[in-house]
Amino acid sequence: MSFELILFYLFSFVLLIAALGVITVKNSVHAALLLVLTFFTAAALWLLLQAEFLAVALVLVYVGAVMVLFLFVVMMLDIKVEPLREGFVRYLPVGAVVALVMLVEMLGLIGLKAMSAQALPPDPAGASNTAWLGNALFTQFLLPFEVAAVILTVALVAAVVLTLRRRTGVKSQNPARQVAVKASERIRIVKMESVSKGGTP
Amino acid sequence: MLSHFFHSWIHDPLVSMFGVGGLVVWLVLCILAIAVPVILSVALYVWWERKVLGWMHVRMGPNSVGPAGLAQTFADVFKLLLKEYFMPQSASKFLFVVAPLIALVPAFAAWAVVPFDDKVVLADVNAGLLYLLAMTSLGVYGIILAGWSSNSKYAMLGAMRSAAQVVSYEIAMGMALVGVLICAGSLNLSDIVRAQGGHYGLFSWFWLPLLPLFVIYFISGVAETNRAPFDVAEGESEIVAGFHVEYSGAPFAVFFLTEYANMILISFLASVLFLGGWLSPFHGAGWGFLSADGWWWLFAKAFGFAFFYLWFRAAFPRYRYDQIMRLGWKVFVPITIVWVLVAGCLVYFNIVGPGKV
Repeated sequence: MSFELILFYLFSFVLLIAALGVITVKNSVHAALLLVLTFFTAAALWLLLQAEFLAVALVLVYVGAVMVLFLFVVMMLDIKVEPLREGFVRYLPVGAVVALVMLVEMLGLIGLKAMSAQALPPDPAGASNTAWLGNALFTQFLLPFEVAAVILTVALVAAVVLTLRRRTGVKSQNPARQVAVKASERIRIVKMESVSKGGTP
Repeated sequence: MLSHFFHSWIHDPLVSMFGVGGLVVWLVLCILAIAVPVILSVALYVWWERKVLGWMHVRMGPNSVGPAGLAQTFADVFKLLLKEYFMPQSASKFLFVVAPLIALVPAFAAWAVVPFDDKVVLADVNAGLLYLLAMTSLGVYGIILAGWSSNSKYAMLGAMRSAAQVVSYEIAMGMALVGVLICAGSLNLSDIVRAQGGHYGLFSWFWLPLLPLFVIYFISGVAETNRAPFDVAEGESEIVAGFHVEYSGAPFAVFFLTEYANMILISFLASVLFLGGWLSPFHGAGWGFLSADGWWWLFAKAFGFAFFYLWFRAAFPRYRYDQIMRLGWKVFVPITIVWVLVAGCLVYFNIVGPGKV
């Protein structure tokens, strides 16, 4: 057994345990942290496959940004898990069916891809992983890439629109005006003659 | 030259004698050769900060322990290490202990890809810039976990502030780095430095074509390390000490060490990415030793940035929280997006780029 294989089994073991922990632990903050560990181990697995760009991007996007915000929300809301678990047996059949359909779809897609599509040419010597991926994305897969970008932008705008509300009668500050304020708008210097009270100077 | 010397005298005998074990020993020696100086420079940096702040306030600063107060930090460290380690009764025990370590690890791991001189770098990885961005964004976990696990309102507020702030400024920082990698055509930090080596010395560096990105990068770095004037995560006047209010003794010292190690790291990165790293400002002028490239230039530049940190702290009052968010999202992000386009045009029309200037 090679060193890489040992590492693969080690990471896979950690990943599976962590993923199991995400859906079984009681505390929601702990669950979110286990999800962080899951992402991190998945990134390590990708590194073993020499997909260094994807691995670092996974850590950067999911661990560095998405999960931080996720933790932020989970900590703020203080979710009680117990009421969420009440209907577990009742909803189990529906959940199982959904999971099964998803599994079949994924297997079908992977099987289809493995049979039909030919693999991209392997990383040519000298070119870095990132440059190679960038070339593929912006030439061969330009359309899917742009479509994905547009969908994400639409989702972003939609999220902003959904949460944007203007309430009337609220006292709020406008930092742009505050920063742009000049001293002459806030203070008026009054020139006054000094008055002596008649004592000796 | 130096790395070649170490390589032939330490690395080769170790590997030939002990095989894989020797390689591990060599790596550990390399890591220690970076980590120990970082820790020592943190100690000196803290002393320097207190001295500089003192001078700017027209005071003496530390002057009693050791010559010119140099041993003051070491005295403080020993005091912290010997102090009682205290944990709130209702704290989340495991996370409370682990949080300082989670903060510490990325701060030191990021140093692996920092090039100190030509070919003097621990890991010359191709995705070095991305790795750095990932590591600097991981540091916030230590802060969030410390704040949450303390089970204290003040600590929690500090953690929330820090999380929102770091995530916001990471975007501006990332976009600034995108400008750099467009101009350098590489994610490798050594290649980025080499791309800045032109005939015009310091005017070939990226700070000139990417001036707005350079300024934004350093300000975002100050915000990312939670330093004044962006230190609302530990705003003493509002939330006592923020996320580490419940920490004492050695774990507090670890948070302290992390903060200063991150500051030194950002200083080095700003020098590497925008000020030509180890390149001499008179590169190509042929002025003898002044034109020679070397690690001393990098250290001098990093020292300058480290001084800016202290200057900011002495000069600026703390930002209000909504103003921090406004600055990050409404000012920095639009400017960086526009300037990334400008950088793309500069490279497309062959004005900037590796070997162009």
